[in-house]
Amino acid sequence: METVKLTIDNKTVEVPKGTTVSKAARMLGIDIPLLCHMELHDLGIENKPAGCRICVVEVEGRRNLAPSCVTTCEEGMVVKTHTTRVLNARRTVMEFILSDHPKDCLICPKSGHCELQDMAKRLGIREIPGQEIAAMSTYRKDTSPSIIRDLDKCIMCRRCEMMCNEVQTVGALSAINRGFMSAVAPAFEQNLEYSPCTYCGQCVAVCPTGALTEVNHTPDVLRALADPSKTVVVQTAPAVRAALGEEFGLEPGTLVTGKMVAALRALGFDYVFDTDFAADLTIMEEGTELLDRLKRHLSGDKTARLPILTSCCPGWVNFFEYYYPDLKDVPSTAKSPQQMFGAVAKSYFAGKKGINRKDMVVVSVMPCLAKKYECQRGEFSVDGNPDVDYSISTRELAAFIKQANIDFNNLPEEEFDNPLGESTGAGVIFGTTGGVIEAAVRTAYELYTGKKLERLDFTELRGFEGVRSATVDFDGLKLNIGIAHGLGNARKLLDDVKSGKSQFHAIEIMACPGGCIGGGGQPLHHGKSEILKARAAAIYREDKNKPLRKSHENPFIIELYKEYLGEPNSEKAHHLLHTHYFERKKKIFVKP
Amino acid sequence: MSEKIIKLMVCSGKNCSRKQGDDITDALKLELEAVSLENKVQVVRTACFGLCNAGPVVKVWPEGTIYTGVSPDDAAEIVNEHILKGRKVERLLYTDPATGKKIPDEKSLTSLKKQLRIVLRNCGITDPENVEDAIAHGAYLALAKVLTEMQPEDAIKIIKDSGLRGRGGGGFPTGLKWEIARKNQSDEKYVVCNADEGDPGAFMDRSVLEGDPHAVLEAMAICGYCIGSSNGLIYIRAEYPLAVQRLKIAITQAREYGLLGKNIIGTGFDFDIEIRYGAGAFVCGEETALIHSMEGLRGEPTVKPPYPAQSGFRGKPTNVNNVETFACVSPIILKGADWFSSIGTQKSKGTKVFALAGKVNNVGLIEVPMGTTLREVIFEIGGGLPKDKKFKAVQTGGPSGGCLTEKHLDTPIDFDNLVAAGSMMGSGGMIVMDEVDCMVAVAKYYLDFTVEESCGKCAPCRIGNKRLHELLEHISKGHGTRADLDRLRNMSVVIKDTSLCGLGQSSPNPVLSTLDNFMDEYIAHVDAKKCPAGKCRDLMQYLIVKENCVGCTACARVCPVNAISGERKEPHLINQSVCIKCGACYEKCKFDAIIIQ
Amino acid sequence: MSSIKIELRQEDISKIREICASFNNDEQELINVLHKCQEHFGYLPAEVQEVISDCMGVPTAKIYGVVTFYSFFTMTPKGKHPVSICMGTACYVRGAEKVLEEFKKELGIQVGQTTKDGKFSLSSLRCVGACGLAPVVLVGEKTYGRVAPDDVRNILKEYKDK
Repeated sequence: METVKLTIDNKTVEVPKGTTVSKAARMLGIDIPLLCHMELHDLGIENKPAGCRICVVEVEGRRNLAPSCVTTCEEGMVVKTHTTRVLNARRTVMEFILSDHPKDCLICPKSGHCELQDMAKRLGIREIPGQEIAAMSTYRKDTSPSIIRDLDKCIMCRRCEMMCNEVQTVGALSAINRGFMSAVAPAFEQNLEYSPCTYCGQCVAVCPTGALTEVNHTPDVLRALADPSKTVVVQTAPAVRAALGEEFGLEPGTLVTGKMVAALRALGFDYVFDTDFAADLTIMEEGTELLDRLKRHLSGDKTARLPILTSCCPGWVNFFEYYYPDLKDVPSTAKSPQQMFGAVAKSYFAGKKGINRKDMVVVSVMPCLAKKYECQRGEFSVDGNPDVDYSISTRELAAFIKQANIDFNNLPEEEFDNPLGESTGAGVIFGTTGGVIEAAVRTAYELYTGKKLERLDFTELRGFEGVRSATVDFDGLKLNIGIAHGLGNARKLLDDVKSGKSQFHAIEIMACPGGCIGGGGQPLHHGKSEILKARAAAIYREDKNKPLRKSHENPFIIELYKEYLGEPNSEKAHHLLHTHYFERKKKIFVKP
Repeated sequence: MSEKIIKLMVCSGKNCSRKQGDDITDALKLELEAVSLENKVQVVRTACFGLCNAGPVVKVWPEGTIYTGVSPDDAAEIVNEHILKGRKVERLLYTDPATGKKIPDEKSLTSLKKQLRIVLRNCGITDPENVEDAIAHGAYLALAKVLTEMQPEDAIKIIKDSGLRGRGGGGFPTGLKWEIARKNQSDEKYVVCNADEGDPGAFMDRSVLEGDPHAVLEAMAICGYCIGSSNGLIYIRAEYPLAVQRLKIAITQAREYGLLGKNIIGTGFDFDIEIRYGAGAFVCGEETALIHSMEGLRGEPTVKPPYPAQSGFRGKPTNVNNVETFACVSPIILKGADWFSSIGTQKSKGTKVFALAGKVNNVGLIEVPMGTTLREVIFEIGGGLPKDKKFKAVQTGGPSGGCLTEKHLDTPIDFDNLVAAGSMMGSGGMIVMDEVDCMVAVAKYYLDFTVEESCGKCAPCRIGNKRLHELLEHISKGHGTRADLDRLRNMSVVIKDTSLCGLGQSSPNPVLSTLDNFMDEYIAHVDAKKCPAGKCRDLMQYLIVKENCVGCTACARVCPVNAISGERKEPHLINQSVCIKCGACYEKCKFDAIIIQ
Repeated sequence: MSSIKIELRQEDISKIREICASFNNDEQELINVLHKCQEHFGYLPAEVQEVISDCMGVPTAKIYGVVTFYSFFTMTPKGKHPVSICMGTACYVRGAEKVLEEFKKELGIQVGQTTKDGKFSLSSLRCVGACGLAPVVLVGEKTYGRVAPDDVRNILKEYKDK
């Protein structure tokens, strides 16, 4: 590899050609502050508009200061990162940015997690000269079902725009206006609801300030918990347990399942259940649907469309409803685990306990913001009573626990309640990219071949590559499997499906890069992809430690079918556990 | 080609009002037909002659008689007297503001004596809508020479040796730019002409495109041959409909004559040109922003490298030069590198076109050799300041340039001297200011422009310039302090030092140069709360001088807020708490009884 | 948010489709498409942008981002007689600001607005290249040179009944 040698703050370093100055500095232990720049290395995601100009450094022989985030090292370069000139420039630019930013940090939802706040602290900003005559760029606030936009706090880092357009290819957000009034917003500065937004929340996940935050549903949950007439049931998604600990200072990748259950119980939930149970149920329904379509397809039935696409990710569902309405009969009709759980809780479980569904409140804790929108969809309610009443994010749960004076780290480990709290390892791995399809393969293999699956770890389906494919041998039948995470990658596979080029039998899609572990409702990763990797590893660890690792072996699932649903894909199962899709793009109104 | 031997050239620059130009043209044609001379004398609409103060202008070619203030009614006299009888129409001759004398022909024009026209060589001489006329004046000779006699490397060497530097602002050596673009291998390359002239007060590119479009087309084709490209793009302001129209005509005609398109003049070289429109964004003058704009995106600049020569339009090597730079190419090829490099200063060769405007007698486009002093330009070519007002400053380089003063008047103009003096060449705007111009207000005016034109991508330009503008506003209202002046300077330095593109890197120049050269004026604003030029409304008072006031009541009647009281034939008084400083009384008073303080 | 809601007629949609098609629905030609559409409709309301988005497969947000970036594009209809005051340096130095103030006063609108009767709209321009005539005012295609605030009323009078 070709290398170059340069000097940074009088220290010499040799780096591969093409390395940026900021990265070379880091190798020397020099931490140049970066604000707008963000890189998720393992996912191949980088935001580098070089717009904030905080990271400027002095390069000998150069007329002006150089942004270290994009300036590449050259042979013999002499760089200084903390001269008076650099420090003065950095401070002055920071003062500029702060002069156009609200100062309501105390009551900002991002307080404590705000990168701008951290930077102000790091640079030791104590006053903003001229603030009294400084105009602020202000915009209309927008609250959608999942996301709140407060552009007064936008610093034009463009991370959200990059995620929405380049990574997710959703195209809901764009830089708008020019100069001082520029910001990132949907078309016509309308609410997100009228845009193609899928509520994947990746914009929220990367926003360094309080410009993009989630809609907070904890007050509603608190009200329900305080109401003695309500039975409040909570379900927790698989990816939550692998990330919640970070909010309490634990290492990324620490599994906190037991403590989380204890905390939820301490918060006053009547039943603490697991979405993983519903994930197992999803596998039963989706796996059966896959096998059914596959068998029909193999026997020459032209109406059986393949590949089958997973449907547990609400961001993904929103995406194809908007961009691929003509493919809406391709994805599985199985509801997502969150909604399956709600439907079962408010029918089967409520019946078992003799509770009227109107007196039951189902709360979900999700790594996801699209789930907030999903549970509000009209088709997931009975007579106006939603199957899932409130969905809160991992971050909201953490805040809730802190508000309730619970010393999380010293809680004892507790177990989920039954019957909707038992799950297999297959349900757990739903939380990371490749997990749903791996879980489906484990069950489908045994159902299809009638043989016992010897090797449970399908490592070929794992990893962080954006688009992956593998062929699994179903006793002679070669099943082609595709996996995509991130909607931009999903689009690639979908375009192939649309044009008839796709050779896959089944495709798993998760809207967020990394899958649910990288969801828009998770603790903020601040651009560190090793955090996402640690979470994924934790998920696979939990799977490995489970005594049961195949969904169809979950005794409570078996009981549910026996007692209530009959067979997978039975009429009752269809009624309760399946859904249909809509075209979401609005038609252009034509004057007759 | 054309058999017509005499040309009547009617200026169709914007200053001469197109409508009137059309009427004059029609009238002249009618009169010529009446005396059956329509085949001997040609009436041509041409670009600006640079005599905008005296328009509409008609020039008789080749002798160079200039008639000014012409109306359609004068057509008969011009044809009957001048064309038929060979007698000049005395009353329409141009009066030189410098001498007050009638000028028989353009050779006697003081303002033209110091000029040297390379870029504008054909403007006002050829018919821009007639390729034959252009060819008759030497167009496409250089292209033919390059295609038939030279290897691309040879032509690049000539351009390099000539010392030609980019006229768009930065002053990057053109030959070197071409060489880099040539060396970057690619299946496709692009030649882009930047005609997105956005400086307020500069219109040289428009004049070249309107007056001599073939000069640009030819140079682009030469550039295409040199760098190995067959695709040319002209990025032009949509606000220049006449230039667009003439370019379209020129491109069509050049294609018809085999000078553009496939197999140019039978040499096997292909080159064609498309027009792309700007949509009103000053920042698109920056080449990376321009390229994004041509790709249908917001015109935001990106960090260089990669340079357009490496990865430009559609990710392909792209060479961007502006109109004036291209207009220099053919003469260099024809007359040689030595000829061009003999003109100008050591590091800035050739000529430069300036748009001379503001408080100066001769407003218009001028072209002078590099190294001409500001004094020569303003006082000899420009004819000095009107109403014998005192020269105060000259602002060069457009909105991002600086204000230069008396002490810079004898500085030879070139790229490096202007930068050293705290300004820049820019695209060649040159605005003269006199004693009643307030430099704080001038700095504020330019910042207002930059704030509006900042693309918003980088924080120092997006927010910093806004803060500069606010602080200047604060000072001009009389609320400033000495500490604010230090802040002005610090913010300016940081914005220059940290901004992403040339816009932000130069936007504080008007502030810094006025701080450097007119500190006393700033101090007057912050210490005494006075505006010495009497421009800053909040810092001035209109006062009635008792001794001069005759009590005519004119001022009281014109005052919109009834702030003036007084009996008829008695001295009047302005109630300062009511006065809104509109200046109506000042304009009205015939007795110099109202003063500004 | 755009305050104007218009309903497009089928022929308007066809026209937009035709314009987009004439540029091969090529994303890179977006600015040319917007120019043509503005030429046709006089402005670029949200609905027009939505149809363009549909034809060219460019997200509406991106189109809006482009429209709001360039000052030549407008989302509000211009008046029948658009009044533009040149604020180029030469005009500014020669008092264009006062002329603009006078127009604002006479018309009762700010820059970028249109009078209620739809007759006049007001905009400021950056140099029309007629510096010799500074200050310059354009009403529609007609140029007025060396305009003083006192002339404003008379200029507008010319168009009162047109």
